[in-house]
Amino acid sequence: MRDVAIVATSQARNTTDSTLTTPELLMPVLADLFASLESLGVSRSDIDFWCHGSCDYLTGQPFSFVSAVDVIGAWPPISESHVEADGAFALYEAWVKIQTGEADTAVVFSNGKSSSGPVDRIMALQHDPYVEASLWPTMTATAALSARACLDRGVITEQQMADVAVRSRADAIANPNALVRGIHTVDEFLAEPLVHAPLREHDIAPIADGANALVLAAGDVARAWSPRPAWISGIDHRIDTQRLGARDLSVASSATIAAQKAGVDQGHIDAAELHAPFTHNELILRRALGLDDNVAINPSGGALCANPQMAAGLARVIEIANRVTSGSIDRGVAHATSGPCLQQNLVAVIENR
Amino acid sequence: MSATEHQATIAADGSFTAPFELAYPYDRTIGPVLSRFFRGLAERRIEGTIGSDGKVYVPPAEFDPVTGSACTEWVSVADEGVVKTWTWHGHSGWALVLLDGADIPMLHRLLAHSSDELSTGMRVVAQWADDPTASINAIDGFVAAP
Repeated sequence: MRDVAIVATSQARNTTDSTLTTPELLMPVLADLFASLESLGVSRSDIDFWCHGSCDYLTGQPFSFVSAVDVIGAWPPISESHVEADGAFALYEAWVKIQTGEADTAVVFSNGKSSSGPVDRIMALQHDPYVEASLWPTMTATAALSARACLDRGVITEQQMADVAVRSRADAIANPNALVRGIHTVDEFLAEPLVHAPLREHDIAPIADGANALVLAAGDVARAWSPRPAWISGIDHRIDTQRLGARDLSVASSATIAAQKAGVDQGHIDAAELHAPFTHNELILRRALGLDDNVAINPSGGALCANPQMAAGLARVIEIANRVTSGSIDRGVAHATSGPCLQQNLVAVIENR
Repeated sequence: MSATEHQATIAADGSFTAPFELAYPYDRTIGPVLSRFFRGLAERRIEGTIGSDGKVYVPPAEFDPVTGSACTEWVSVADEGVVKTWTWHGHSGWALVLLDGADIPMLHRLLAHSSDELSTGMRVVAQWADDPTASINAIDGFVAAP
């Protein structure tokens, strides 16, 4: 395997209702990304591969991702790709591209303009089209089915769910990208009404418009471009069946396999950023990944405090990479999910060397 | 899409935002397995297929989710069963319903007046549409069994 590291990152400030187009969301992010490498003389022409994650259904515009090519510039010709998924899955494609030896460097970027339409309803389209999507189950409704399965089986409690929200919002105070933050108590949250029973408002992430980007580089290039590269020591993604009823919704079996393949248990984990837009998702994922109480979970406040669709997973990678690069942690886990009820899961182990 | 929920607005920067309905009204061919299932629903019959481990899938699995082998054996199931998990929002509910004779619960709407009537394990029965079409919407949803 080639050694691959994250050497630069950038995140846009999440908003709830922007009027920005896809290119307008992305331009400042990519400008900022390259500004951070400018002192090293690194420019766009030094990038071998570009990979973008976004979803046309959110924008309501077929081939909206093509407009993103305007942002990165397609002349002289570049090598680029797009995944109709979270940017974390674009990261995986770029990592594979570097493993093949066809590229030494890559930019991975993602954006979600969730405010364009009724995102909770749009996400019904990720289900089987005939026996599930035709019923238009919302993203929050299917998450609630999973939460109740967990509660009924006694694997989590409403107090634990509220605990996740209390901790996340307190951690989010230090994160300028968070949309909800503050000091709350479990009692205060549990006094709130059920909005998608058994979920309360604090269990559900606010939807955001957002964008982010990072630079990947192999071996010596990574060492030249960053004083402390955030090395990806393992990365894997797995998927469960699309049939909701055929899954045990109180576990994330594909996340467990991905964590094993990525080598989560091969050393101490300082922090984990879990793509958990619902409180019970985090509780499921902690068990699925085998993370004990010594691991700092979602120190950024997590996706629970800002959930830009298609960018929230890559944001988890960036939050861990930034902590490795700054020296505040040595080894962390980033997780991203796709599909209803944690159907597909990507796990990356990111470390200092 | 519910673009009609949105109103035209002019933002502080002068940009104009207006509703825009986008649809993909294509005809699709759904293959032999789902064709048989949906034709059955139009006649108020519910059928499933049997997976490689002997489990009955309703709606039918075309291919076994674990082994990938084609599911070719059919079985009829009841139009009533048990709620395995459920949710409630506003005036509407959702459930995974395990029909009598099936092993894999199906996603559908849960119809009730309020969440007070709902619980995991409750028995429910399909409320058929007045004029069922060959689609999953041949069933309006599931209601508490009498």
